[in-house]
Amino acid sequence: MPEAYIYDAVRTPRGRGKDDGSLHEVTTLQLAAGALRAIKDRSNLDTHLIDDVILGCVDTVGESGSDIARASALAAGLGEHVPGVQINRFCASGLDAVNFASAQVMSGQHEMAIGGGVESMSRVGMGAEGGAWPVDPSIAISAYFMPQGVSADLIATKYGFSRDDVDAYAVESQKRAAASWQEDRFRKSVVPVRDINGVTILDRDEHMRPSADMQSLAALKPSFVMMGEQGGFDAVAIQRYPEIEAINHVHHAGNSSGIVDGAAAVLIGSAEGGRKAGLKPRAKIRAFCNIGSEPAIMLTGPVDVTRKLLARAGMSIRDIDLFEVNEAFASVVLRFNQAFDLDPARVNPCGGAIAMGHPLGATGAMLISTALDELERTGKSTALITLCIGAGMGTATIIERV
Amino acid sequence: MTLANFKLDTDSDGIVLVTWDMPGKPMNVLDQTVMDELDAIVDHVVADAAIKGVVLTSGKDAFCTGADLTMMQSGAKQFADAVKARGQDAAMTEFVDQAGRASRVFRRIETSGKPWAAAINGVALGGGFEITLACHYRVIADSPKASVGLPEVKVGLFPGAGGTQRIPRLMATPDALQFLFKGESLKPARAKQMNLVHDVAPEGELVARAKAWIKGGGKPVAPWDEKNFKMPSGKIFSPFGMMIWPPANALYRKETYDNYPAVKAILKCVYEGLQLPIDQALKVESRYFAQIMRSKEAAAMIRSLFLSMGELNKGARRPKSEPRTNLKKIGVIGAGFMGAGIAYVTASAGAQVVLVDRDQAAADKGKAHSDALISSRVAKGRATEADKAALLGRIKASADYNDLKGCDLVVEAVFEDRGVKAETTKKAQGVLGPDVVFASNTSTLPITSLATEAQKPENFIGIHFFSPVDKMMLVEIIMGEKTGDRALATALDFVRLIKKTPIVVNDTRGFYANRCVGNYIREGHLMLMEGVPPAMIENVARMAGMPVGPLSLNDEVAIDLSWRVVQATKKDLGEQSIDPAQEKLIKTLVVDLERFGRKNGKGFYDYPQGGKKKLWPGLAGLAGKALDPDTIDVEELKQRFLVAQAVEAARTMAEGVVTDPREADVGSILGFGFAPFTGGTISYIDGLGVANFVSLCDTLVARHGDRFSPPALLREMAKSGETFYERFVGAKAA
Repeated sequence: MPEAYIYDAVRTPRGRGKDDGSLHEVTTLQLAAGALRAIKDRSNLDTHLIDDVILGCVDTVGESGSDIARASALAAGLGEHVPGVQINRFCASGLDAVNFASAQVMSGQHEMAIGGGVESMSRVGMGAEGGAWPVDPSIAISAYFMPQGVSADLIATKYGFSRDDVDAYAVESQKRAAASWQEDRFRKSVVPVRDINGVTILDRDEHMRPSADMQSLAALKPSFVMMGEQGGFDAVAIQRYPEIEAINHVHHAGNSSGIVDGAAAVLIGSAEGGRKAGLKPRAKIRAFCNIGSEPAIMLTGPVDVTRKLLARAGMSIRDIDLFEVNEAFASVVLRFNQAFDLDPARVNPCGGAIAMGHPLGATGAMLISTALDELERTGKSTALITLCIGAGMGTATIIERV
Repeated sequence: MTLANFKLDTDSDGIVLVTWDMPGKPMNVLDQTVMDELDAIVDHVVADAAIKGVVLTSGKDAFCTGADLTMMQSGAKQFADAVKARGQDAAMTEFVDQAGRASRVFRRIETSGKPWAAAINGVALGGGFEITLACHYRVIADSPKASVGLPEVKVGLFPGAGGTQRIPRLMATPDALQFLFKGESLKPARAKQMNLVHDVAPEGELVARAKAWIKGGGKPVAPWDEKNFKMPSGKIFSPFGMMIWPPANALYRKETYDNYPAVKAILKCVYEGLQLPIDQALKVESRYFAQIMRSKEAAAMIRSLFLSMGELNKGARRPKSEPRTNLKKIGVIGAGFMGAGIAYVTASAGAQVVLVDRDQAAADKGKAHSDALISSRVAKGRATEADKAALLGRIKASADYNDLKGCDLVVEAVFEDRGVKAETTKKAQGVLGPDVVFASNTSTLPITSLATEAQKPENFIGIHFFSPVDKMMLVEIIMGEKTGDRALATALDFVRLIKKTPIVVNDTRGFYANRCVGNYIREGHLMLMEGVPPAMIENVARMAGMPVGPLSLNDEVAIDLSWRVVQATKKDLGEQSIDPAQEKLIKTLVVDLERFGRKNGKGFYDYPQGGKKKLWPGLAGLAGKALDPDTIDVEELKQRFLVAQAVEAARTMAEGVVTDPREADVGSILGFGFAPFTGGTISYIDGLGVANFVSLCDTLVARHGDRFSPPALLREMAKSGETFYERFVGAKAA
């Protein structure tokens, strides 16, 4: 079986996902096309070597609908011979896109493929797509559907994370992100978003609040109390986990992932493909897999999928130098660390989505670049990237520098 | 066209007045013959060009009370028989087709091309209301007798003849779901406000108003058949739809614990139906209706909550030889919380009440309870000041036993003490003589022994009310060994008078309800001592279908009372009669910690001033061990709660304490809220199958102890394959 190598990884900076965010004026198409163009331009790539473009995108309606991957590939000037496909596995879409590209290469059917993702949350809006799972009684009831924030609060309640625990985690994420930007740790990957004239629109993650401290976070009201109490979702959570008397609502905007706009792309290829392109591989995709986890608590999939992946890869948790666990909510990472008894320093060392934001379909691909840059910077070898996913799933990938 | 159920009168304007008046029945119901005739009427109206329109009304007091539930109750059985006779596929096709029959007939009315107006002269419920929803115009009589509603969910069904489609096409989805879920009846003004009827008219002008609408050019097209029709709440997949649906699904689970498939079917019908044109939407509704009609929940709920309850209310257990009593004046002795409640419900029913206590102040305090209850109804607009004055005027509070003279029945509700009760009986009979029926409202003392204090034990009976008396619909009537037919008939007539549901049980410790409830609470206690998290005990009990968790319930009835009962049981029946783990728990709480329950603000829960009650954090520590919740089998906890009660109910039947499964079932639902979707304690056993239930008991005995041991009767029935309803009700069994 051919190995799949990472030849390049880029991402846009993340713009605040509101109508005053810097990237709000940038269409989904241009966001994605910018990342794809960077892949082409940075390596001076002969696009005839690219067999497919796979982009994760979660809310695929309006401007992001109708296969945004094909439209973006065309807009990026990859040429009409480069096809594209859009996939959706909610928050892990970007990582799954990289995995799908890797699978194409590993299967020997494709030599090079781009995996990535895009989400303009400010323009399209979270949940704009609708869907059966939260709405259709034939699945919503039996799957104990609840909004992710309530699930995150359920994790905190069940596994014993207090408001102080989750806030402290958030403060640390902000500190790490600020330090990383100060040290320019993301410089290899971040490509500025420019306007049609080449003028820079955004070159830094703008969601960060480095000044956040325990006191300022303590002033924020929990976000999911109303939904939980009046929307009936606390009752749903308790019926699934009846050992709980009441849900402890601890999450708020300051310790949950930020709503942002952004895009990312990762160039995957076989050794042969890389040679043809004249590129040196930076890392290989060691292993990846997916799992379905308990859908009500929903966001514990990273634990399950990591166990499955380590077993498949014949590795132990100690073989991993660095973990990128998407900071969808503070409790998700705290639970991951608790389950594997991890030193928090090894997990999300550069900060995460609480500070920098979580552009749904793009985040998974962004985490590849974050992990790879950090492995190179610290001279370490192996990283595991994982995300929690709506409806109870997990995706994880292990990369290894070569 | 010969019609048995309808009378047709065509006026000079060419408007046919169709009067629904089924021969030999007190009320109109939707049955096969009605649907056949409606089909014929539609054909006739369509075919005759001279007919300009139709007014549909009823010749009875009520408009129509819906489908024939006796027929519906046997849905599951009819289907099973059809499968045997014709095979699964043919039977299913036929069943689904039949389930849509009413819906199709109604749709024919709606699309007949002639305007139909419903003149709703009285109660229109269920299918009786749905037929009017298919008419193009609805006018209801401005009368206290008139109301509309879709109460199907109360008996495990849902409005399957267009109700789930036309209602959400008439009002916003949240209102529609609320209306369909609750099954409440609406008075004319409210129905108009909710857009369910077009007009309210004085009784005498009802038909004229309906005809006027037709003559005024009433359009024979339903709003949803208009080209530009828009759903009241727009599309489901819209920002508004996203605000409605996820919480609607969650609130369904919150309210029902997902135990009521009919309620869930409403959600599914509305969700799927609102995305379809009406004809296809009605088809989808019929498919769900067929599924729900075959459900064991519908069969069990119709039987217990409609048929059996109706039979008991009508005096199924009343000795037929006894002439009807005329209860005009009732004596109530003891003006405490129970006595005061009994006085209130009796006076509410229109009877005179003499409320006696040892001094005037105590008696007055008891009467004040009635004042408080009726005043609250007045404040809510449910009664008038005149009602209040009349009600209070019927209660005479007194400290003088001589005021009991002339009472037709006396109910004693004094302190639960043999001596006090004996003295009360003597004093009352001193005034009344031996022939007035004397009833004791006791929950613990055997009636047979109390009756020995009466001059004629045949006139002594137990009438056991549940607290709070004004809300709890069940009354247990307890037969002492010598209690006679006249006492029973009098007690049943009294219960009928106050509009409660009676069950008649024979004398035993705890009678029926408290035996089952005691087992339920004990199961909660034992789980706690096993190390099950306290919240899990409470939540899983509710998930099993109980209205309150066992620990909450124990706090309400008082833990020190449980302690006294345990001690008394031990004294009377010996050490082996009580569970040492339970005794230890209650002793710790009551004796060591003085946690008595809600009454002293601390029990299994803490009751912070002005705040929500919370489980006492020290509880988990009492067990000395804590189980990992992820390793606990929640389904087994549910089974333990229900089986602990059901097996006790089976024992009461084996012992002859309860003699009729209808009483065990209805009593369990009304008395202590036993999982209504099962149909009650005995239907729960029949529903599982007696053999399966026995094997479940055996498993639980092996895992948790002899308290789950089934009585010999159950083993015998498991072998013979009989159900309780076959064995004890015979031909009535479904």
